[in-house]
Amino acid sequence: MKELICITCPRGCHLKVDDNMNVTGNFCPRGAKYAVSELTHPVRTLTSTVKVDSKESPRCPVKSKDPLPKETIFKAMEEINKVTLSLPVHIGDIVIANICGTGVDIVATKNISK
Amino acid sequence: MINKKLVIIGGGSAGMASALEAYKQGVTDILILEKNDYLGGILNQCIHNGFGLHEFNEELTGPEFMSRFSKAVNDNHISYRLQSNVLGISKDKVVTYSNSYEGLVEVKAEAIILTTGCYERNAGAIQIAGDRPSGVYTAGQAQLYLNCYGYLVGKKVFILGSGDIGLIMARRMTLEGAKVLGVAELNPYSAGLNRNIVQCLQDFNIPLYLSHTVKEVKGKEGHLEKVVIAKVDEKFAFIPGTEVEFDVDTLLLSVGLIPNCDLLNNLPLSFSKTRGPVVSQDMETEIEGLFSAGNVLHVHDLVDYVVEEAREAANGAVKYLNGKLSHKGHIYDVKPGNGIGYVVPQKIYLEDANDKLVFKFRVAHPFKDINIFIKEGDNVVKKLFKPAIIPSEMEIVRVDKALFKGEAKEISVYVEERK
Ligand SMILES: Cc1cc2nc3c(=O)[nH]c(=O)nc-3n(C[C@H](O)[C@H](O)[C@H](O)COP(=O)(O)OP(=O)(O)OC[C@H]3O[C@@H](n4cnc5c(N)ncnc54)[C@H](O)[C@@H]3O)c2cc1C
Ligand code: SF4
Repeated sequence: MKELICITCPRGCHLKVDDNMNVTGNFCPRGAKYAVSELTHPVRTLTSTVKVDSKESPRCPVKSKDPLPKETIFKAMEEINKVTLSLPVHIGDIVIANICGTGVDIVATKNISK
Repeated sequence: MINKKLVIIGGGSAGMASALEAYKQGVTDILILEKNDYLGGILNQCIHNGFGLHEFNEELTGPEFMSRFSKAVNDNHISYRLQSNVLGISKDKVVTYSNSYEGLVEVKAEAIILTTGCYERNAGAIQIAGDRPSGVYTAGQAQLYLNCYGYLVGKKVFILGSGDIGLIMARRMTLEGAKVLGVAELNPYSAGLNRNIVQCLQDFNIPLYLSHTVKEVKGKEGHLEKVVIAKVDEKFAFIPGTEVEFDVDTLLLSVGLIPNCDLLNNLPLSFSKTRGPVVSQDMETEIEGLFSAGNVLHVHDLVDYVVEEAREAANGAVKYLNGKLSHKGHIYDVKPGNGIGYVVPQKIYLEDANDKLVFKFRVAHPFKDINIFIKEGDNVVKKLFKPAIIPSEMEIVRVDKALFKGEAKEISVYVEERK
């Protein structure tokens, strides 16, 4: 039996997982999915910022479009910190495609025009 | 002096959501006043994800969430003024603001919604012995510098207070190469959400010291060099011999948020336990036609609830503008009872209320296995069971208005442990 806190939403359900991967304590189905993923191969959404070639808005926030395997997070940060964007930037623009070979894109999360 | 039907002070999520709701309900003569040079408020610096699960059924970052609202404000041509700092509100609802392109302006408003958010408690607001070196920031300041300007305030960090902003900054600074040595929390439980303890501290092996606080701050040549933490007893007194010293260059404070309602100071209003103004079921203050919503009313942890409350305030303002708030009939005082920290609203005009009465509250400390009661006088109107409840998570309970008799003077919300 393993105990986990579901981090999928702010409710933070206390989950219990038995040896056959049966999950209890989850308020919604996302909790069961989270528990299985967390115990087999944990993933996290990464958010950070990249440089922008602009005096007014020196930074653009970005996120991984899907969660990344936990062990690639710091490697991904190194790649993110090498980027400088030029204007304009739109929400959803791909900043780095297929980061660290994970198949996941890093995308912009803000519109910046100046 | 110019005239406006509805003036909204503060263009954060609460301000934009209330403007959009009033607009939808037919009030179009609106002006939003925002002191920054952008809309969106605090969400601009909250680049992490976790916003909008209720509102859009999607997990968005702060900037993505707020851009959906600012787009709707622009698409509907709702007028707003940026870089416009509101300096005062008078009893007869004249709003004074100033900016560099119009100078000093007075607007006579028929109704006002105050949505000025909250501010962070800072080093002056808490007592720490020792030097006053540089290197001490509030977590929100460090968040602004890093996320909007790319400036990391330090490399060896200790965090005082387990509020969500502090936890989020522990992760954020770690990702940017800083070493976060620990988080100290005065209470025996965390002030932040459990999910943030897991994904911001445990993921990076950052220790959380519960029942600990900073005892002393030491500086050298004006810059922070060491913090000393110690354990406290139930009365929050230091326990001798429990001191631990950390070599740091930065101390972040995440020790609480306070409603930013300075603009109300000179008005004949009372304030509630939230430190925001006393309001009715329609988020109306004791001045008719002056409404308030979001963090200025009580500090929220979820923007979705801020948006919902902003819509309630807008709905109230529209009712007021249409002459539908009578302020007559039966009036209740709503009181926090045993185990409850605060309740919003503090007053209910039964005649004016919508079909459902909404009670928002926080418990004073964590409980397990309890019943929550809502009582009208001695009569229990609603009872609900909770296996566990913590102060960092706001509860919302909706009760049919029809269940209230309109007899007793008081409605109370309280908890009782199940035997
Ligand atoms: C640092 C931080 C992190 C958070 N993280 C999360 C999270 O992860 N998930 C989540 O769901 N919620 C989070 N929240 C919750 C937050 O309470 C809401 O997200 C919400 O954004 C608050 O909206 P608001 O409109 O009440 O306040 P704000 O966004 O603060 O807006 C208030 C606005 O009023 C303006 N203003 C103030 N005074 C004046 C004046 N005199 N004249 C003109 N304008 C003025 C300000 O400039 C600001 O734009 C966080 C809150 C903070 C403080
Ligand atoms: S189980 Fe569902 S409700 Fe509970 S924390 Fe996870 S996502 Fe949220």
